[in-house]
Amino acid sequence: MQFFAELFGSYWADVQLVVWTLIKIVAIVLPLMIGVAYLTLAERKVIGYMQVRIGPNRVGYWGLLQPLADGLKLLFKEIILPTASNKALFFIGPVLAIAPAFAAWAVIPFDATLVLANVDAGLLYILAMTSVAVYGVIIAGWASNSKYAFLGALRSAAQIVSYEIAMGFTLVGVLMCANSLNLGNIVMGQEGGFWHWYFLPLFPLFVVYFISAVAETNRAPFDVAEGESEIVAGFHVEYSGMAFAVFFLAEYANMMLVSMLAALMFLGGWLSPVPFLPDSILWLLAKVAFLLFLFLWFRATFPRYRYDQIMRLGWKVFIPITLVWIVVVGAMMQTQWAYLFH
Amino acid sequence: MLFTDIVFYVLSAILLFSGIRVITTRNPVHAALFLVLAFFTAAGIWLLLEAEFLAIALILVYVGAVMVLFLFVVMMLDINLDKLREGFWEYLPMAGLIGVLMVVEMTMVLAEKNLHPSEAVELPANYSNTAALGKVLYTDYLLPFELAAVVLLVAMIAAIVLTLRERKDNKSMNPADQVKVKRSDRIRIVSMPAEVEEAPAVAAEEKK
Repeated sequence: MQFFAELFGSYWADVQLVVWTLIKIVAIVLPLMIGVAYLTLAERKVIGYMQVRIGPNRVGYWGLLQPLADGLKLLFKEIILPTASNKALFFIGPVLAIAPAFAAWAVIPFDATLVLANVDAGLLYILAMTSVAVYGVIIAGWASNSKYAFLGALRSAAQIVSYEIAMGFTLVGVLMCANSLNLGNIVMGQEGGFWHWYFLPLFPLFVVYFISAVAETNRAPFDVAEGESEIVAGFHVEYSGMAFAVFFLAEYANMMLVSMLAALMFLGGWLSPVPFLPDSILWLLAKVAFLLFLFLWFRATFPRYRYDQIMRLGWKVFIPITLVWIVVVGAMMQTQWAYLFH
Repeated sequence: MLFTDIVFYVLSAILLFSGIRVITTRNPVHAALFLVLAFFTAAGIWLLLEAEFLAIALILVYVGAVMVLFLFVVMMLDINLDKLREGFWEYLPMAGLIGVLMVVEMTMVLAEKNLHPSEAVELPANYSNTAALGKVLYTDYLLPFELAAVVLLVAMIAAIVLTLRERKDNKSMNPADQVKVKRSDRIRIVSMPAEVEEAPAVAAEEKK
């Protein structure tokens, strides 16, 4: 330690800060990656049982080592570069897909004190990061120089931009109730049992948020961006091996991110549902797990939406609902029932 | 040199580089992506100035929405580089004149007398930039703010009306009608007497 302190001189404090932050980042990203790996297994198992199959059960007990086997397989596969592709952008595409999916976790509070960056405008930061995520898909689709990839990219771009508006309006409702853009303060505003959580006064916004989140992450029944029966596999049709795996990771990390956000903003985060039980990070994980189960349940249940129906739902149904409910919340806050919305 | 100084110079270098590449690169898609990079680094510099709302709004609005639609259009163009460069020398004098004019204007705006860097006040870490901006916007500047919103709304409706052309031979679907369809619109259950088979004995034998 002494040696390094002398080496860096007056920069030692800054260097310490950077190293300490890096350690914290690893402590968030590593569990996240493991969570993503086991979410893929959980998806296959859950959908398997819903379709009266067993799902993966050969690698390890109950298939518990299946994600490792899949990861190893993808690592050793060749990454094929299409001849007519745009070489630099072809590799930047997956990077731009996964970077915002991880960067957004910087402001997520896991507990009253457990947060990497307790920034004031945390909610805005997350909104900005999720809106950047679309670049990975667009660039991958264009750089592949393949018509299916390009069609997938265009579909995805239009869909994400449309649903982002409805999603943004639902967040407006939340921050009207919480009077803050800081995620920690938003959770603390819901203290005192599940009847104080924001999903009750903001129920329409909660429903719109969650469905928009499914659309935003390109998951079934809104997965027209990959629609394998029409456009093969959409934007990642030309990707193989690890480059494909990175898109996969980004999709699942985004699913966990939007579920985490829904748990924090509408379901009271780490707060316990009843006052006599202690608040704990376990509550947060349980709520996120339940929301992720909904994602898998949707996929096993609903057929894929048609593209024009997706656009209609986003623009003509969700945006009016959110606008009306924001006006209702704003008006109610001026009456004697304002306490219901705080 | 402070740590923030190093960050500032790195961000500025990237910003200048990407700004120059926006106009020098030959491929329009690359140019649009360099513009995205320029927006990102500019947001980074604003963050260094503790203007976090402006920085995030820049990424949210320009990178997240405007540039996505821009790329959307640029990617669908059939890029013919020779055609793009046609008439380059013809337009050069006019473009140069406008460029010089803009440089003169910028130097006049950024002149020493207009800048008062010493007036910046050090604010506590928990000071909410966003809340302060909101308060000013909805009290002192309410009228200009609402006016700007109305102007944008008019422009938006105008753009939609200009592109909304209904073709008569267009066989498009109406999702609203499709959603409203009931079972009774599509099928009709007819009750009719059961038909008696002519030769039940033969049929029974065939089944065996």
